Amino acid sequence: MTGSITNREKFLNQISSQLGRQPITGKVERPVWRFQPQKEVLKNASQDELLTILKDQCLNIHTSLYITDKNNLSAVLKNEIEAYGGSVLAGKDNRFKEWGLDFLLNSEIEFEEWDYTQGRENILRAERAGIGLVVSELTLAESGTIVLYADKDKGRMVSFLPENLIALIPKSSLVPRMTQAAEQMRSEHLKGNQVSSCVQFITGPSNSADIELNLVVGVHGPVRATYIVINDL
Amino acid sequence: MPMKIGSNDFKDRVEEGINDSFMRKAVAGAQERMGSRRQDAADQLGNWEDWRSHGEEIRQHVLEHLDYYLKELSDNIASRGGHVFFAQTPAEANEYIKNVVESKGAKKVVKSKSMVTEEINLNSYLEEAGCEVTETDLGEYILQVDDHDPPSHIVVPALHKNKEQIRDVFTEKLGYQKTEKPEELAAHARAVLRQKFLEADIGITGCNFAVAETGSFCLVTNEGNADLVTALPKTQITVMGMERIVPTFVELEVLVSLLTRSAVGQKLTSYITVLTGPREQNEADGPEEFHLVIVDNGRSNILGSEFQSILQCIRCGACINACPVYRHIGGHSYGSIYSGPIGAVLTPLLGGYEENKELPYASTLCGACTEVCPVKIPLHGLLLKHREQIVEKEGKAPISEKLAMKAFGLGAASPFLYKLGTKMAPTAMNPFVSGNTISKGPGPLKAWTEIREFPAPHKERFRDWFKNREKDGDA
Ligand code: SF4
Repeated sequence: MTGSITNREKFLNQISSQLGRQPITGKVERPVWRFQPQKEVLKNASQDELLTILKDQCLNIHTSLYITDKNNLSAVLKNEIEAYGGSVLAGKDNRFKEWGLDFLLNSEIEFEEWDYTQGRENILRAERAGIGLVVSELTLAESGTIVLYADKDKGRMVSFLPENLIALIPKSSLVPRMTQAAEQMRSEHLKGNQVSSCVQFITGPSNSADIELNLVVGVHGPVRATYIVINDL
Repeated sequence: MPMKIGSNDFKDRVEEGINDSFMRKAVAGAQERMGSRRQDAADQLGNWEDWRSHGEEIRQHVLEHLDYYLKELSDNIASRGGHVFFAQTPAEANEYIKNVVESKGAKKVVKSKSMVTEEINLNSYLEEAGCEVTETDLGEYILQVDDHDPPSHIVVPALHKNKEQIRDVFTEKLGYQKTEKPEELAAHARAVLRQKFLEADIGITGCNFAVAETGSFCLVTNEGNADLVTALPKTQITVMGMERIVPTFVELEVLVSLLTRSAVGQKLTSYITVLTGPREQNEADGPEEFHLVIVDNGRSNILGSEFQSILQCIRCGACINACPVYRHIGGHSYGSIYSGPIGAVLTPLLGGYEENKELPYASTLCGACTEVCPVKIPLHGLLLKHREQIVEKEGKAPISEKLAMKAFGLGAASPFLYKLGTKMAPTAMNPFVSGNTISKGPGPLKAWTEIREFPAPHKERFRDWFKNREKDGDA
């Protein structure tokens, strides 16, 4: 379905006339920028170096970090789930099975998957859940940020309404910074793959400094966050 | 609230600010902390000047081609099923939004922080139409609960309030029963607001940056309230100032980095969310309907003028945190939702000189603002340009430099500040400078030498002003 556009011509003509020229009819090429400092940041860092940077950054963003491998993932995750307590909500994701997380799927613990056919019921589930479990698609080492693309199987609120957030991070998803994520999003778009309706860049739990600049962790979103890096993925 | 806040009289506002000792201490402390965090975040990168230059070149390119990028943006939003409304005036924007709200039979609106909706006074408009409008950014919520106390900082709106005051407001208005601990206050707000999110029919947001190439837009928060505003209600309305746009994701990322480092000294804030259109078929959250309202409200008049560079602004507040005058008089003194150097430049452009002619004098012209601005806006140069224009129009300055400095508590005879001021003045002034004094001269010089008495004090507290104010139309 195509949406509507109202009042555009007059509005844009006012702009071009203020700028002292005719409305632009052709294509404007993006200039070759004179400065590109963002490309220099952590330019030649290896995956191991990026992991060290992520680890350090987690101290700044009130986030616990575990590093494990595929074999031990199940145990590490189970531990963390038990430590937080409450039921787990996650997107529908084949990777859980591939990564041997059977304990989630065979109801050893209280586990629910996002199910779009249930519509708004998903929101209520997310409200009830103690833990939101997500898989980071890209991980920005510099800022300690996970990137999530929402779709029908991965609702936006999985990462948000539960009080605790656990993110699984394949080590191969590490990139230096937001620059690489932006480039990847753009190149997908240029290939004709529509960008997700909601891309979340999440850096630790939610927080606010609105009261006397005192940091309060856990305002509207999760109060606690844990990252689990999987070394051999 | 409209752009204009507080008592009508500049001197009164300044006096109130200076006499509010908690506020002054809070502002001074906040400036120091935010200023040093910003500095650290800039230093970490090692080549901050290149970052600023890149920010500047992106913003300049966009402004020069603004009509093109807005067209591209709106086409792409429409192709993803969103609706775009171009509003030249606040009235047009408000009317459109009200119609959307009414067509949904909606009564409950949740909002995430948006300066442009304050500028157009959207909340009162919707409240008159019978809606309950809830601000969900913690700072904004505190102000709203306190009978719409005006914001005093564009990034930390409730900076002028201490935790005891906030506790008292919560106790009186929300039946709050706990202590003044920020954690407890925030937890209470979380619980109240969670319910509001779940009940809301409409979510209204501002827009940090729109992305022309994909029809996306980006919201930057630490609390994550914008995520709830855009995920739970069935209808989402986003209001953007027309200049807040970038060509592609590649430039978006650079400006987001500049914003988060400059505003709060963070590499990235906790939530940066890039949204495109309404939810896709089969998605169970996100809005079913998406509207973008693009607002001019006087911005196009700035294009092509000598003030065009102010439209490069990304609303980071770094200039506010660096300003010695803001430190002394606080945000309310500016009489506008935009305070500090950005406010002193922008408010007269959007609201006219008539009511704001003293604002360009709320500066020592020391240039600290210009130095920290992540998109290299020559702020103190623009303040000087304002002074020139005002003097030209009025024949004299509305307030003398010396008196202004005295009023701001900076000492009339501070030779240091005075020298800084003259040092920054355009070289055109030099012929009139003899030794250490400035003689009367034409144009800008008058602003420096003319002395005018302040109007007699006329006391009216903000609260009273708000109670008494008639609907103060569109600022
Ligand atoms: S003028 Fe510059 S420093 Fe001030 S808020 Fe705007 S971008 Fe930030």
